[in-house]
Amino acid sequence: MSATSTWTISGVRDALRTKEISARELTKDFFARIENRNRELNAFLALSIDRAYAQADRIDAIIATKSAKGDPLPPLAGVPIAVKDVISTRDVTTTCGSKILETYVPPYDATAVERLERAGAVILGKTNCDEFAMGSSNENSAYGPVRNPVALDRVPGGSSGGSAAAVAAGLAVAALGTDTGGSIRQPGACCGIPGMMPTYGRVSRYGLIAFASSLDRIGPLTQNVTDASVLMAIIAGHDPNDSTSAAVPVPDYGAALESPLQGIRIGVPEDYFGEGLDPEVREKVLAGISLLEKLGAKRIPLHMPHTDYAIATYYIVATAEASSNLARYDGVRYGLRVPSTSLRDMYKKTRERGFGPEVKRRIMLGTYVLSAGYYEAYYLRAQKVRSLIARDFADAFQRVDAIITPTAPTPAFRLGEKTADPLQMYLADIYTVTGSLAGVPGISVPCGKTKAGLPIGMQIFGPHFEEGRVLQLAGAFEKAGGFTI
Amino acid sequence: MKISREDVLRVAELAHLELTPEEIELYRGQLDEILSYIGKLEKLDVSNVEPMAQVLFPAPADGHPELRDDTLVPCDIADAVLTQAADAAKPFFRVPRVIER
Repeated sequence: MSATSTWTISGVRDALRTKEISARELTKDFFARIENRNRELNAFLALSIDRAYAQADRIDAIIATKSAKGDPLPPLAGVPIAVKDVISTRDVTTTCGSKILETYVPPYDATAVERLERAGAVILGKTNCDEFAMGSSNENSAYGPVRNPVALDRVPGGSSGGSAAAVAAGLAVAALGTDTGGSIRQPGACCGIPGMMPTYGRVSRYGLIAFASSLDRIGPLTQNVTDASVLMAIIAGHDPNDSTSAAVPVPDYGAALESPLQGIRIGVPEDYFGEGLDPEVREKVLAGISLLEKLGAKRIPLHMPHTDYAIATYYIVATAEASSNLARYDGVRYGLRVPSTSLRDMYKKTRERGFGPEVKRRIMLGTYVLSAGYYEAYYLRAQKVRSLIARDFADAFQRVDAIITPTAPTPAFRLGEKTADPLQMYLADIYTVTGSLAGVPGISVPCGKTKAGLPIGMQIFGPHFEEGRVLQLAGAFEKAGGFTI
Repeated sequence: MKISREDVLRVAELAHLELTPEEIELYRGQLDEILSYIGKLEKLDVSNVEPMAQVLFPAPADGHPELRDDTLVPCDIADAVLTQAADAAKPFFRVPRVIER
């Protein structure tokens, strides 16, 4: 295999089975790729080298003893995977892209990481992201921005920009990201790979360092839809350590990928194709919808009347929750401490030095909308509008099986283009925050490129816990050539 | 103007942030712009809408959510947790004095 070849989960499986390569050799190859490209991309913040080789050796030992008996390998045996740095990894530094956690080493693994490793995955390291996952470009990381491997002068999207860039550049076979308002789907779209946000409650948040607890979700970024379905099958399911994780059975996503699209009703909401949508993105996504129709899907026009209120609602709910969640960074128990003679002064100095500008801005906004005299006008009203947005989805899913939209209004923008204007940056999430607020699952799949060669993403939403249907549509779209439409 | 300099100072105090004079002015302007945008929610009539308090688990009719059993499980990571603190004296986190004798 050459240094630029793209590995998939099934490719790794076949190569290990036929002894074309060992898990240790493959791991070494990926660390070499990272060594070559990371200075340029800044996708990885930390590598878990010892842990990766220890796991690779375990896999090689299984292959050596089991192949004689013909036993199946664990589903992710030897698959090199990257993990976003807001997800806890035992004994591996986890910074959340923040100076306030620069030296933090979690004493435990997130459930999603534990499940991946138990399934045989090799954890390569931690990927760069916007500080505490707050951002749409990865430019809010305290450790510098990530560059888009498709176009180095462009952002990779955010906040899971490092995970998306690592997978798109072939520095990991797959990655875990997190999505609060679009942070898996939008970077997936910007870097030209699939990125899936599962239903709220589908994947345990245990060990995910909280930004906005009613919105945060862990999900996969992969080379193809099959790999997304394999990762989903492993990380999905109830976890007693997360009281919001749902005890809903996990179906066979692989079987869902095989089902034909005949008669599936796809809703196309006019509200996602209005002002502000780049004409090239519109053209490709409409072509993508036509392709789904050719495959047997039935197109149904929709109106989702509260779409236009989603960004305003999201930036109240998410910042309110963030201001509460981030109150824990006070210099007492972990992370940075700026010493002082008084406790209160220590809190303030620690937080002032440890947090970056966007995190402070969101803490300020969240504190404001929750404060006495403003709670009803802002937070309570936003929670009511959130109900209306969720109702838009519930009403739509009475009539359709899935909803198709663009993932983002524009392709990846230039580094520095939006950093001076926070509100413009927030509007990059205009089509993704709706599903975040409603709690439904969604995926972004590649849907061709602009004339300048920048990837475009098409988003597919499904009803709660219908990841199978979302993957079915995404898989059929990929198989029919939709990714390069 | 939605937010004044005094508002910014009040919020920074609540949020335990010690802002520099430049930050105070920067955030005042930016928060003002964001709050003006957010003001579009006032156009909606929400008088008959319940707030969305839970994402997936609507409370049952009796208002009592299903709770898990209250069982003790061992959690033996206190030492590991304490190693992350800037200043710990087992089994405590140490902070500047808060009570004058």
